[in-house]
Amino acid sequence: MQNSKLQVKNQNLTGLTLIETLRGLKEKIFSEEELNKAYLNKIAKLNPKLNAFLKIEKNSRGIPAAIKDCILTKGIKTTAGSKILSNFVPPYNATVIEKLLEQKVNVIGKTNCDEFTMGSSGENSAYGPTKNPWDLNKVPGGSSSGSAAAVAADLCTFALGTDTGGSIRQPASLCGVVGLRPSYGRVSRYGTIAMASSFDQIGPLTKSVEDAALVLEWISGGDNYDSNCRKEKFTMQPGKLRGGIKGLKVGVPKEFFSQGLEGGVEKIIRDAIKKLEEMGAEIIEVSLPSCEYAMAAYYILVPSEISSNYARYDGIRFGNTRENFGDEVKRRIMLGTFALSTGYYDDYFAKAARVRTLIRQDFQKAFGPSTGSGCDVIVGPVSPTTAWNLGEKVIDPLAMYMADIYTVPGNLAGIPGLSVPCGFSKGLPVGLQILGKQWDEETILQVGYAYEQATSRRKEKPKLSF
Amino acid sequence: MTGKRTMNNYEPVIGLEVHVELNTKSKMFCRCSADYFGKEPNTHTCPVCLGLPGALPYINQSAIEDCIKIGLALNCSVSPISRFERKNYFYPDLSKGYQISQYRWPLCINGQLTLDNGQVIRINRVHQEEDTGKLFHQEGQTLIDFNRSGVPLVEIVTEPDFRDVEAVRDYAKKLQQLFRYLGVSNADMERGDMRLEANVSVRKVKSQKSKVKNTSQNLKVEEELPPYRVELKNINSFRFMVAAIEYEIKRQIEALEKGEKLSQETRGWNGDKKCTYVQRSKEEAHDYRYFPEPDLPELRIEESRVKSLESSMPELPWSKNKRFEEEFKLSTAQAKILTETEELADYFEGLVELGGKEGIDAVKIANYVINQKIGAGTSVEEVLGKIKAKGEGVIGDERELEKLAQEAISENEKAVADYKSGKEAALQVLIGGVMRLSKGKADTSKLKPILEKLLKVVT
Repeated sequence: MQNSKLQVKNQNLTGLTLIETLRGLKEKIFSEEELNKAYLNKIAKLNPKLNAFLKIEKNSRGIPAAIKDCILTKGIKTTAGSKILSNFVPPYNATVIEKLLEQKVNVIGKTNCDEFTMGSSGENSAYGPTKNPWDLNKVPGGSSSGSAAAVAADLCTFALGTDTGGSIRQPASLCGVVGLRPSYGRVSRYGTIAMASSFDQIGPLTKSVEDAALVLEWISGGDNYDSNCRKEKFTMQPGKLRGGIKGLKVGVPKEFFSQGLEGGVEKIIRDAIKKLEEMGAEIIEVSLPSCEYAMAAYYILVPSEISSNYARYDGIRFGNTRENFGDEVKRRIMLGTFALSTGYYDDYFAKAARVRTLIRQDFQKAFGPSTGSGCDVIVGPVSPTTAWNLGEKVIDPLAMYMADIYTVPGNLAGIPGLSVPCGFSKGLPVGLQILGKQWDEETILQVGYAYEQATSRRKEKPKLSF
Repeated sequence: MTGKRTMNNYEPVIGLEVHVELNTKSKMFCRCSADYFGKEPNTHTCPVCLGLPGALPYINQSAIEDCIKIGLALNCSVSPISRFERKNYFYPDLSKGYQISQYRWPLCINGQLTLDNGQVIRINRVHQEEDTGKLFHQEGQTLIDFNRSGVPLVEIVTEPDFRDVEAVRDYAKKLQQLFRYLGVSNADMERGDMRLEANVSVRKVKSQKSKVKNTSQNLKVEEELPPYRVELKNINSFRFMVAAIEYEIKRQIEALEKGEKLSQETRGWNGDKKCTYVQRSKEEAHDYRYFPEPDLPELRIEESRVKSLESSMPELPWSKNKRFEEEFKLSTAQAKILTETEELADYFEGLVELGGKEGIDAVKIANYVINQKIGAGTSVEEVLGKIKAKGEGVIGDERELEKLAQEAISENEKAVADYKSGKEAALQVLIGGVMRLSKGKADTSKLKPILEKLLKVVT
């Protein structure tokens, strides 16, 4: 788009990427009013079917962004998909919202999600599931279900989600959009309802890789409220995004092609890796042996933190009693309470924490230039399957957990990950996961951008003929 | 205290936990003012100390420095890396459902404090945590004020080294004095700035002489601790704490004598009935499910920071006490009175400095300041003038002094008895008596040996 004059008809405003939208506004091809009106019209038409938004904000100014409902918006009801917070109107904005407001970004709506972001299909929302825009009978993935569906269906210029075990990348993959989970500590978590404090990160779901880089620049950087947040803002070095991938070392972990990986998905991922090789990357097979224990460690550490983080919803404040928690939230509170209790702490929590260190070391080894394979990025599938049928895994929590098997290791290590659309299996989107070194979002965006530009994947949109 | 004779070969084993609220400008993990006392309820609050969804803690470095100062004053080593952890329990005044505290990795460890009786009390830890909100029960309702929620607290935990109540009192008073010297807290018990919790149990004294008076620093032979302990909680004055411990010792000995088995429990003090009562039994004990606070990174303290804090510390009360004795030739008791507050000590030193130029010696000034209860605000020139005027008619004759001393002794039976039972401070009462009888003209420097001599023969 950098050479062609931007050509848009009014009805196509919602199809523009964030970068294109900014350019259109700057060149006065359309106004903020026209932009917001176009999106609000589309939301009015499609949201009743998709259930992507829990709340719609009718603004006429600013760049309309969809915000996952676990991110606090001052004066705008924030439920995190839970009945517990059915009447919670926050008295303050999350840091990411304050940072977006500085960029003239406005909240067009709060998006549906699994209750308190616990889930992989969006079906744990107390306000009904979000539907996948590619097939209304399928789940959009989760927990950032509404944000992914809203971007896929062009109901916003971009969206924010949160990713604790894959909740940005997995729905991005299942809905065919770009999803970026930054390094832990890249974006302030202040004002975002915690699931598991040492895992949670906020990140963008966008229509292009370049958009994701820009939104990360906007929302990153310290705020003196999140002690684990790095002070420096993320900035993309000029020319780096378009630098190509010639000579880059791309690691392919054999553990990411294990049982449970759908044949159709595997083929598309292998093709994508072949494409990267054709484009000049060096493909190296790597091993992340401790990842075998990633799910076990994750489902001890995360519920442990949950059991403590959710103690504040004790029925005394926020107006609703604990009976309003959904099953998955209760399940995790109980698991975590058990894992931290006297006599079990060492066997569960402490051991899982050690596994976490081993997984971190696995990645360090794979990325390490002197000691290990010296990879610049690691690639593989985001999700072992494409979007499944609504209701299919609701009664089987373990099957649901396994949907995050390829995303969880990155969260345990605290490293950044990107999901880029890379094809379709039986008509449903598949995402390529690109993992990077801690603080090196730049390189995964560089690889993602090169891949995106070399293919036509992102130009394909759901039909939405309903 | 409970007399040795009534102890029936039992000895108490007591450990102390002291909480002190720091007087920092802002709270421990947010920017709200920490000055909550007497303020309109819920006006010093923000998302962080209210525990709103999405709020995160952010460490107040000045509280950390106060905690380090307390640790250093108590001869602790400062951990280069320590951690905050979450202590999980449900209570309406606890906004987050957990308190951010320290558990496995405290900021300061392995300290000690020497008491007046020479005993060394080992300090297990000095750690940083936060206070809770406050509940008000009125008209059948319970109201919560979160102004206090998140105010910095430092907890100081001893080993179970106390063997008598007097030592507990001395220790607690010394800590209070320390907090005030360091300027880290007003340490007012009634306002709840300083809170005491005692762990009390008793055990049979072994045939070998017990280590009650062990003054050496290394208690090499660790004696076996009793298989239970009673935690005395929510006691808001020194007096009540002493009374509660004394009651508890007696109750436990009686129970053991009757062959009862004592168990772990938490007890409070009923001031009206003057007895302790069960607050929580062993079965009701919390499992706090401590785990590292994931919202905070490790707390790293550079050695240079410790060094600079160390050099910024004032002379500690016990060092000052010792220096006054040596430098000004004061008695232990005199030095103790004059160093009770830093303000008085400084004032006294000012008097000595100026008085020295006029040939008035420090002991005379000390006597005058103590006997006349001179406050730190009084004009220095005026005080020195009065001391000089008095010196002209000073009674230095030993016979005359002996007469006065004898008179003071017969007037003060209680002080004599106290002195006999080992309270050296009682001598001060007798000196005061002589000064009164002599209208302030007795030469106090000669008085002490005379009194001591006379007291030897009093029965």
